[in-house]
Amino acid sequence: MVAVAERSVHARGDALRRLLSARNLIVLVVAIAIAYLALVPIGFLLWQTFVRGGHFTVSAFRDAYGTVGLGTMLLNSFVFSFGSTILALVVGTALAYLLVRTDVPGKALMYAASVVPLIIPGILHSISWTFLLDPHNGIANTYFIQKLGFHAFNVYSLPGMIFIEGVHLAPLVFLLMVASFRSMDPSLEESAIMSGAPMWRVFFRVTLPLAKPALYAAILIMVVRGLESFEVPAVIGLRNHIWVFTSRIYDALHALSPDYATAGALAVTLLALTSFGVWWQSRLARRARSFQTVTGKGFRPRPMPLGKWKWPAVAFVLAYFFISIVLPLLTLGYASTQPYYSPPTHYTLTHLSGANYPAVFHDPLFQHAVKNSLILGIGSATTVMLICAIAGWVVVRTNLPGRWLIDNLAFTPLVIPGLVLGVAMLDVYLRLKWLPIYGTLWILFIAYLTRYMPYGMRYAVTSMFQIGKELEESAQMSGAGWFQSFRRIVLPLLVPGFVAGWIYIFVVSFRELGSSVLLYSPGKEVLSIAIWQQWQDGLLPQLSALGVMLVGFLVVMVAIAYKLGARIGVREA
Amino acid sequence: MLDVQNLVKTFAGSKGEKRGRVHAVDGISLHVEEGELFTLLGPSGCGKTTTLRCIAGLETPDDGVITVAGRTLFSHADRIRVPANERGLGMVFQSYAIWPHMNVQANVAFPLQVMPRGKRPSRSQLKERVERALTVVKLDQLASRQATDLSGGQQQRLALARALVMEPPLLLLDEPLSNLDAKLRDDMRFELKRLQRELGITGVYVTHDQVEALAMSNVVAVMRDGKVEQVGRPRDVYEKPSSRFVADFIGTSNFIDGTVEAAEGSSYRVRTDDGVLVVPSDATFHVGDKVVVAARPEHIELTTGATNGNLPNAWHGRVAVRSFLGEVVDHVVSVGSRELRARCNSKVSIPPDTDVTVRFHEEAFSLIPAGD
Repeated sequence: MVAVAERSVHARGDALRRLLSARNLIVLVVAIAIAYLALVPIGFLLWQTFVRGGHFTVSAFRDAYGTVGLGTMLLNSFVFSFGSTILALVVGTALAYLLVRTDVPGKALMYAASVVPLIIPGILHSISWTFLLDPHNGIANTYFIQKLGFHAFNVYSLPGMIFIEGVHLAPLVFLLMVASFRSMDPSLEESAIMSGAPMWRVFFRVTLPLAKPALYAAILIMVVRGLESFEVPAVIGLRNHIWVFTSRIYDALHALSPDYATAGALAVTLLALTSFGVWWQSRLARRARSFQTVTGKGFRPRPMPLGKWKWPAVAFVLAYFFISIVLPLLTLGYASTQPYYSPPTHYTLTHLSGANYPAVFHDPLFQHAVKNSLILGIGSATTVMLICAIAGWVVVRTNLPGRWLIDNLAFTPLVIPGLVLGVAMLDVYLRLKWLPIYGTLWILFIAYLTRYMPYGMRYAVTSMFQIGKELEESAQMSGAGWFQSFRRIVLPLLVPGFVAGWIYIFVVSFRELGSSVLLYSPGKEVLSIAIWQQWQDGLLPQLSALGVMLVGFLVVMVAIAYKLGARIGVREA
Repeated sequence: MLDVQNLVKTFAGSKGEKRGRVHAVDGISLHVEEGELFTLLGPSGCGKTTTLRCIAGLETPDDGVITVAGRTLFSHADRIRVPANERGLGMVFQSYAIWPHMNVQANVAFPLQVMPRGKRPSRSQLKERVERALTVVKLDQLASRQATDLSGGQQQRLALARALVMEPPLLLLDEPLSNLDAKLRDDMRFELKRLQRELGITGVYVTHDQVEALAMSNVVAVMRDGKVEQVGRPRDVYEKPSSRFVADFIGTSNFIDGTVEAAEGSSYRVRTDDGVLVVPSDATFHVGDKVVVAARPEHIELTTGATNGNLPNAWHGRVAVRSFLGEVVDHVVSVGSRELRARCNSKVSIPPDTDVTVRFHEEAFSLIPAGD
């Protein structure tokens, strides 16, 4: 009984100490960091755009839309993003169906092609297609399309932009739809077959309707991606003045006298559109959960025999692999061997040279771009994963009040297009004189943290969910305190997900262009900026050599991630 | 040993339902004696697991007192709440919660390794205690095996060893057998019971499986909607259910509504739509009370042919369906407006559409007040 009395006094004294425990302090710091990253840029952007001299105004919008040619730009933006969505959706869904539900040969090729957006940065992808489809000397035009008697395909057009963006987005649709087809109970299809329906009817009457939630989600994600895309509009669209939101924003800031008001107004509009898309998608996802086909059982669907459709399907897979990987990389490889870029002829093909490769290493731009990219990649991947491991734990495991807020805040940057984040961060750090990080690597670091926080959070939360709650509770019941069970049970179990998330962020940070292109300053270039500058200067062979090496490096990184068993890219969207 | 008084635990209602608090546990009091296996039995959502988690310290109750071996673990009035990791209770989880990144030995050693420095056993003591715990559950041969390589039954025993290695005053078991397949579940049931009796473990056992509850426990508490409906020895609960819910949940029963017509000592004449039944009961009823007679099908006898005169508790019926279940043969018999189920031994098998006499044995009956 004495022991009991002691215990009660002890327990009361503990209350305050517990409130100020290391655990709660860590959680508080993480929460503040997340809130700062998510809220400050958007807050500044809205304030700067709507408030002039202390008054609410929409004059920025009037000015912006007065000069821009609103109608054409809006139309272009939507045609571009919807067009590429449709292309990506058809190709990606077909590939996913073939992979999961049929006996089509060459499944490894599809997986290989599905990492394209990770290993070939958008800017390189777009540039390689200008080599292929330039109306005057594009390789595919001269040696294939015109030989067949068609007119040259002019890539510097809306259809050209749609084609390139669609090919680049298709792997994302593929991964989304693979997940959805995998989780579908195959007996639903089998019972349709038993009812006498032929395979194509089963697909359109049963499979596709069941996949509808995933399809809608994919559509919205792709439309948002299309609206956000900067590389294709900049590399392909600008030549013939096909303006979209992102290229207008960039143009406004890179005119002789930068027009922040116009850029801000356009950025706010774009932000509203993407937010709406993401909001709608998450609403659909919530509703989809109520009639979902996932039962948590491990299905091992029997692949359906394709029969006479086998060879057309193989041709389709091969064509996709060829178009998405082989052609762009071959073209880059070829261009990198030439002193000056010209389309391949007998002469150029017999005079290949590796001279561009050593030259790249002597280029001071390349030297500090590599250094900066590595610093930013390692720094942002590590910081993001640390923040998100703790935030993920709070969200999944605790019942702290306001944990849903941390969750939502960490995902907020998902709706901010890279270019819009760039505009917003310029707004913030050109004005906050007491935080002089403009012109340093820090501003890029903060931008990267913001952009990749949602991905880190997704990795952390998913792996946290995979650690059964009872694993932690049984540690508690065994007498372990918070720190002990976090260190000995949670962290070791989190490691695979943590490493996968780290590599993913590291890899995608190398292709980041939208924010970097607005925020870098001389001497603080990163690799994607180096490629961007070389492209603007017309140094195509040098750029290609750099691109080939970058792709090689990213392939190694992605391979390591796969080796570690990480399902990289699956959570991309 | 374990004392729970007036335990209350509420959760925020989900949006679909009426806003407000859902009472998962609604004022429960329990008492468990030393060395006793006490079972909380009930359908899902009755609050049995929540009760167990409150005792474990994994949920914080809204009200009540929890005492184990004279030590108050929770008291709302005295503002005592000992954290789960300081309660020193053993727990076996439904999913076993075996840590996949450790081997068998490391899993069992963990509770000893995280003890406060003063109490932590020395290296050799630790090794010995781990070995002893593994021997008890017959896993000593597999000590260095990776935990994820164990079969379901072995994981189950590993979870038990991990819970026992601390030598806890109280062992909490949350549906420990529900993830095993039927055959293995039978074996583990006996195994678990043997261990519990041999080691003299005091345990609280949560299950929704009535067979498990009857087979294993010293005392069963049947729960419904966050309240305890009946507490007693397994045989008492089975033979003398105090409510229609208990009679229905444990075993099978035929329910016959009626009115008490006369009291004759400890027997009551009950008038029903299909005839009169004479039902013995320890409880007190008055003439005119509305009652339900619960009749266990295994104590209902069927004989072919019409009813012989005025035998008590014998009705006339006609077989509607029979089904052969191996050890027994179930018959559904139409009697007047109702259908009764009778379970006969496998020698008795009467084809449908045969006239039969339905005889209720006295032990078939329990008398329950109508209205719940």
